[in-house]
Amino acid sequence: MSALIERRALLKASGALIVTFALKPPFVGAVQTKTKPVGLDSVDSYLAIDSGGLVTVYSGKVDLGTGVRTALTQIVAEELDVPFATVTLIQGDTELTPDQGVTFGSLSIQNGGAQLRQAAATARQALLKIAAARMKVPPETLTIDAGTVIGADHQRLALQALIGNQTLSIKVDKTAPLKNPDSYKLVGQSVPRLDIPGKVTGQFTFMQDFKIPGMYHGRVIRPAAMGAKLISFDEKSIAGIPGIVKVVRQESFLGVIAKTEWAAIKAMRQLSVVWSDWSELPASTELWQHVRQTKVIKDDVTSNKGDSVRALASARDRLQATYDFAIHTHGSIGPSCAVAKFDGDRLTCWSASQATHNLRKQLAAMLSLKDEQVRCIYIDGAGCYGRNAHEDAAADAALLARAVGAPVRVQWMREDEHGWDPKGPPTLLDMRAGIDSNGKISAWESELFIPDGVAGYVALVGADHAGLDSLGKLSPGGVIQDLAIPYTIENVKTVAHRLASTPFKPAWIRSPGRMQNSFANESFFDEIAAHQGVDPLAARLEYLTDARAKELLERLATLSAWRTRPKPDWHASKSTGWGLAYVKYELVRTYVGVVCEAEVDRKSGEIAPKRFFVVHDCGQIINPDGVRNQIEGNVVQTVSRVMKEELQFSQSKVTSVNWASYPILQFPDVPEVVIDLIDRPHEVPWGAGEPTAALIPSAISNAVFNAIGVRLRSVPFTPLKVRAAIEHTDRI
Amino acid sequence: MSAYQLNVNGKDVIADVDDPVMPLLYFLRNELGLHGPRFGCGLGQCGACTVHLNGAAIRSCVYPIGNVQGKIVTLEGLGTPENLHPLQRAFIDEQAVQCGYCINGMIMQAAAFLKRIPKPTEDQVREELRPNLCRCGTHIRIVRAVMRAAQAESRA
Repeated sequence: MSALIERRALLKASGALIVTFALKPPFVGAVQTKTKPVGLDSVDSYLAIDSGGLVTVYSGKVDLGTGVRTALTQIVAEELDVPFATVTLIQGDTELTPDQGVTFGSLSIQNGGAQLRQAAATARQALLKIAAARMKVPPETLTIDAGTVIGADHQRLALQALIGNQTLSIKVDKTAPLKNPDSYKLVGQSVPRLDIPGKVTGQFTFMQDFKIPGMYHGRVIRPAAMGAKLISFDEKSIAGIPGIVKVVRQESFLGVIAKTEWAAIKAMRQLSVVWSDWSELPASTELWQHVRQTKVIKDDVTSNKGDSVRALASARDRLQATYDFAIHTHGSIGPSCAVAKFDGDRLTCWSASQATHNLRKQLAAMLSLKDEQVRCIYIDGAGCYGRNAHEDAAADAALLARAVGAPVRVQWMREDEHGWDPKGPPTLLDMRAGIDSNGKISAWESELFIPDGVAGYVALVGADHAGLDSLGKLSPGGVIQDLAIPYTIENVKTVAHRLASTPFKPAWIRSPGRMQNSFANESFFDEIAAHQGVDPLAARLEYLTDARAKELLERLATLSAWRTRPKPDWHASKSTGWGLAYVKYELVRTYVGVVCEAEVDRKSGEIAPKRFFVVHDCGQIINPDGVRNQIEGNVVQTVSRVMKEELQFSQSKVTSVNWASYPILQFPDVPEVVIDLIDRPHEVPWGAGEPTAALIPSAISNAVFNAIGVRLRSVPFTPLKVRAAIEHTDRI
Repeated sequence: MSAYQLNVNGKDVIADVDDPVMPLLYFLRNELGLHGPRFGCGLGQCGACTVHLNGAAIRSCVYPIGNVQGKIVTLEGLGTPENLHPLQRAFIDEQAVQCGYCINGMIMQAAAFLKRIPKPTEDQVREELRPNLCRCGTHIRIVRAVMRAAQAESRA
């Protein structure tokens, strides 16, 4: 029997499914409040133990298909020493869970897990104190085993019995001692994921499966061109479709509401609409000129050491190169979906958003409501890999539900998802380096061209079209991370030119900026090593001082048999090469080293990444198989992005609107992934959801150089570009 | 309204629909509450909606309900949590899921395939699953799970 099924049986047996504060306060305190606490500093914001000993965890971080539901459950069960199956996790409900920040940036374990662990440790400390008083022994003599406090003289007290009439609405104690990792029973184990049995049997409820009584189906008709305005529509054109409830227009927002999903889809397809002309996108063939010509609002200097200008001027050798990275779409397999329901002037919105707390504020702004009038509840959706369109579907559902006065479910169509989710912006990097007369790298300069903004609020599409404010700002994500380099070079300057605009509304896609910047950094470092005739691994070891980095790279050398790899024949028609790349994510956390083995066909220009060797150090590992699953996903998804993906567009709109016009990697082209995990149980845990992805572009391009002596500096690495690069190199 | 007699997961059901062109998927999901098959593209490009029609894997998102003749089996009909199909067991054993949105298609496509080719090579599995898309990058585990199920079946 699976853990999830066992847990269900247990929950049934105890007669309590999920105890929420609003219904039945598990901790009876002096002051009873109707609403459950959600502040970041209170234990009962995160945890509740009911009278049957069942533990409920309230997590602001959500499981986006990465397995953190299981890993966070492990952390809490471990720290409280309660059986794994007694812990249930509620995620991303603005009324029940603390706002632990958006679920992004590979931070769920590192930040969310740490907060839960400290809350559990505080609860543990408080419960042990109560137990010690009851048993009249010092707390240090007590242990907890499977939810029961055990005294030295075999006295036993169940945790729930300790709570009694006391309250655990206590402040999180940052000094509450954490368990010694040497005593861990659950953390560090590959506990099977809780969601998988339901997902392989059709029993799991995805956002797309969620229904409420009286719910209508909505679809939105998007403008024919990106900036087109709605001129008119003819409701008579859908008169023949049974079950149409309403056509909703608000400025250029146009939606249909129907009793059945198929009727809504037919109406969306059939409704006769006149849009204004609009064609203000740059020509796709002139994208990079457009990026270069875009107004720079400000420069962010991400590192500045010595005098790179002088060092470059006096260098014996100077190298320079430009790298670019195409516009990408998130490409969720399930289009975004949401359900919205009004009770009077209060909105409840169910969404697969990675940021329900932020979504609440955006929906409130859009609808001129107070934040408190909006509740957003997370339900797992298809993987989003960043800020896709889940939030936009929520806005659509809310606008339609308000207009019709009944609950509405909106699921986007495939062309909506590809056409209207925010995009990973086009990214351009100019790189320069100088080698001094001793053969040392004496100067490193980079200039990044990237839209301004941080990981803030991304405007909701429906709000934009309806002429409503949804707090949206240019928000590409934390894209200047990893522009600074991990290597010790005397003169370094790395600058991000922050652009006033970018052709498509930007947002973060897995490893935003870090991937593009690491592509340029690690490829260019490889160029320098090749120029100097130094082995790429030796070059890195020479310029790294971090012992943890060096250990990682040595293990990578062993794993990939780097030092005994065959020497490629640059003139063979098919040649296999090995490329290496390294990152210390954002220079402060997870270390990853990757070697790619790729086969290159000189004639066709086709590259086949065959195998990736990954050594990964994210500190303390919570669930090793979960980390492996994430690393494999990082590799395979990024191989897809690097080898195949590039958004196509006309001057009016996105033309990559389905899987035929935006192809992704398919099974026969999936590489093998060989992983070595470095576990450091006594270090803090860091994330594994992104860092490996950052290295895949450079590992491949470096492998191609190793195979045939040709540099690829433009993602995606299409056969056409590879052939052009080969011709260019052959001419030199 | 037209009434169609269907057999879904071994049960006879009547589908009262006003449009025979409506894809089967909407009937399964919205009328029968079967959530194994899911909407991914509506174009037959990704495989998330795959069900069996008379034992063959079909894309229910583009299969008009009016054309359905014979027996339909969905992921729910393949096996249950208490009585797992060998593929469902293997996907759990290999932890071959990330978000899981595509997994219905992977299992249903593989189930029909293993009926035809009970002992495939890994390359045959990859080729068979070529039209099924996964965005999380779970492919390696999915192939391993299908191979594991094939081996379990051949031992049984």
